[in-house]
Amino acid sequence: MAEMTYRDAINLALKEEMRRDPLVVTWGEDVALYEGSFKVTRGLLAEFGEERVRDTPISENTIIGVAIGAAMGGLRPIPELMTVNFALLAMDQIINHMTKIRYMFGGQVKLPLVIRAPGGGGSQLAAQHSQSLETFFMHTPGMYVAVPATPADAKGLLKTAIRDDNPVMFLEHELLYNSKGEVPDDPEYLIPFGRCDVKRTGSDVTIVAYSRMTILALAAAEELAKEKIDCEVVDLRTLTPLDSETIVASMQKTGRGVVVEECWRTCGLGAEIASRIYEGCFDVLLAPVQRVSGLDVPMPYSRKLEKLCIPQVADIVAAVKETMSGKY
Amino acid sequence: MDKHLTEILPAEDLLHMYEQTALCREFEESCAEQYTKGNITGFLHLYSGQEAVAVGSTKALQQDDYILSAYREHAQAIVRGAEPKRVMAELFGKATGLCKGKGGSMHLFNPELKFMGGYAIVGGQFPIAAGLAFATKFKHEGRLVACFFGDAAVNQGTFHESLNWARVWELPVLFICENNFYGIGTEVHRSSALPDIHRRTCGYDVPSERVDGMDAIAVYQAVRHGAEWVREQSRPYLLEAMTYRFRGHSMADPGKYRSTAELELWKSRDPLVNLGKRLVEAGIADQAKLDALRAQAVAVVQEAVKFAEESPWPEDSEVYADIFM
Ligand SMILES: Cc1ncc(C[n+]2csc(CCOP(=O)(O)OP(=O)(O)O)c2C)c(N)n1
Ligand SMILES: [Mg+2]
Repeated sequence: MAEMTYRDAINLALKEEMRRDPLVVTWGEDVALYEGSFKVTRGLLAEFGEERVRDTPISENTIIGVAIGAAMGGLRPIPELMTVNFALLAMDQIINHMTKIRYMFGGQVKLPLVIRAPGGGGSQLAAQHSQSLETFFMHTPGMYVAVPATPADAKGLLKTAIRDDNPVMFLEHELLYNSKGEVPDDPEYLIPFGRCDVKRTGSDVTIVAYSRMTILALAAAEELAKEKIDCEVVDLRTLTPLDSETIVASMQKTGRGVVVEECWRTCGLGAEIASRIYEGCFDVLLAPVQRVSGLDVPMPYSRKLEKLCIPQVADIVAAVKETMSGKY
Repeated sequence: MDKHLTEILPAEDLLHMYEQTALCREFEESCAEQYTKGNITGFLHLYSGQEAVAVGSTKALQQDDYILSAYREHAQAIVRGAEPKRVMAELFGKATGLCKGKGGSMHLFNPELKFMGGYAIVGGQFPIAAGLAFATKFKHEGRLVACFFGDAAVNQGTFHESLNWARVWELPVLFICENNFYGIGTEVHRSSALPDIHRRTCGYDVPSERVDGMDAIAVYQAVRHGAEWVREQSRPYLLEAMTYRFRGHSMADPGKYRSTAELELWKSRDPLVNLGKRLVEAGIADQAKLDALRAQAVAVVQEAVKFAEESPWPEDSEVYADIFM
């Protein structure tokens, strides 16, 4: 175990996997010489050289398309999108191609590629640079979606993603890059996809969250503990595959649930999870499932307004109390 | 010039090209019939008239070069070596199809033949072709990627992104435009500021040339030359083959936007008839030989239809298979 940042944990996973497998390559805008706009790829060019660590033109659709072709040709590319907002320029290659190719070609090809994309709001980057698009990817069959909350999860999930033979959308949260945590040194530290991690056990209310929302949920649980409300925090870790079983099992214990999502509320992943809870254990529910969501607005710049749009610890606390209020 | 045909290719190769052209023609005409009967459904884009491009190009490429194309790709796959019966079964949506009936007419794929797919998002194949070229260069395999596309695809961003990218990364991609003058019903000059498509590469420092796409031998020579250049330089090159489709854009299109005179003019340059004529003039075949090859193509296609008809539908459980590994 070593304490390190989320950024360094991702960097370490990249380095370990590139050392292990010479077919792992990475590219993106300012990824090589500049070492990444969030410095996640620091040291990669120096260690692995310009064949494997490459700068690209600002052509997002082609950044992904080239990765698809390279994966078809036997490499294991890790394209980086400078931020997830720019994935929207690559949606044609991501949705129309990456997620379809294996299926429409009758399973005759595999696409081992990992798209890394930082995202999320909270840095006053305004409407075009603050989006949480995870639901878009989760909605589409044909790719896995990983959403790590901690440095250890970031390392273990990324290593699994790189070794997996399917396309993976790996969503990093920009506000977590400097967060610290213990990370296993083991180069075989792999976290399986499709298993939630119960990051805190509790008996009164289940809080389901992912990525940075998990960190907020844990903080909310701490506060609520002071008021003798015992929360269980279920961290999704991957949105696809989605581990409904662990969520439902937790709900069967608590009977009360809150889903926290940074994305927009309308048709957001919280609605999907709430629905799975209703389908899975309606009979044990003691209260309607609450959703704490991003507001359905383009992100405003002003930090006073921005704060209203992103779930806060206080919002989670309030939602938990709502499920405990007995007013329904 | 025709006397010297055998200086370009041995007689057996020339005959093989005729055989392939005939096979493609018969295959496509049979598809039209099967569509009318309701055995083939969905979109169906036929290649009749453009055969010289697929036949000439494929002859000039090496067997392990990668090929990608758009959705008008039955002939590309068959000329590469895909079994006509498995292609027909795919079009019928049967379990024995090239892609188990999951892709259909627009998504043929045959990795053993390095036929890396038919793509139905106009321009979608460009970046994928560049990526395959990167992989093969990275692995020092000595292959190139032949990327076929239509005249209308050059107005997609991916065309420009990928040309630029392939030049910057020095990737062995041979871009082959099949300029049949129309994107559905829109003639090239109505959608492209510069209708000479081969000239559009100058912004990316990618050399290019134009070739008669109704002449399989001219296409063969141009692709040979282009492919050699790509292999030697490890850089992209673009060929614009001027060709024509004899049918509408798809089976749904009666083709009212073009005149009978225009169509007749191009039909007078029919690549099947012309190649046959040249083989006869050069003393490589007589009419009886050509007729025999044509009859053989008809038989292959009849057998393909029979195979497709008799093949089973996919099992329902297949619906969830092949999403993930
Ligand atoms: C992105 C996208 N836009 C539009 C279409 C609809 N569409 C299908 S084929 C076509 C015309 C393409 O013409 P061209 O590239 O010249 O190829 P051709 O059909 O002539 O072989 C269009 C507009 C599509 N499939 N994909
Ligand atoms: Mg066209």
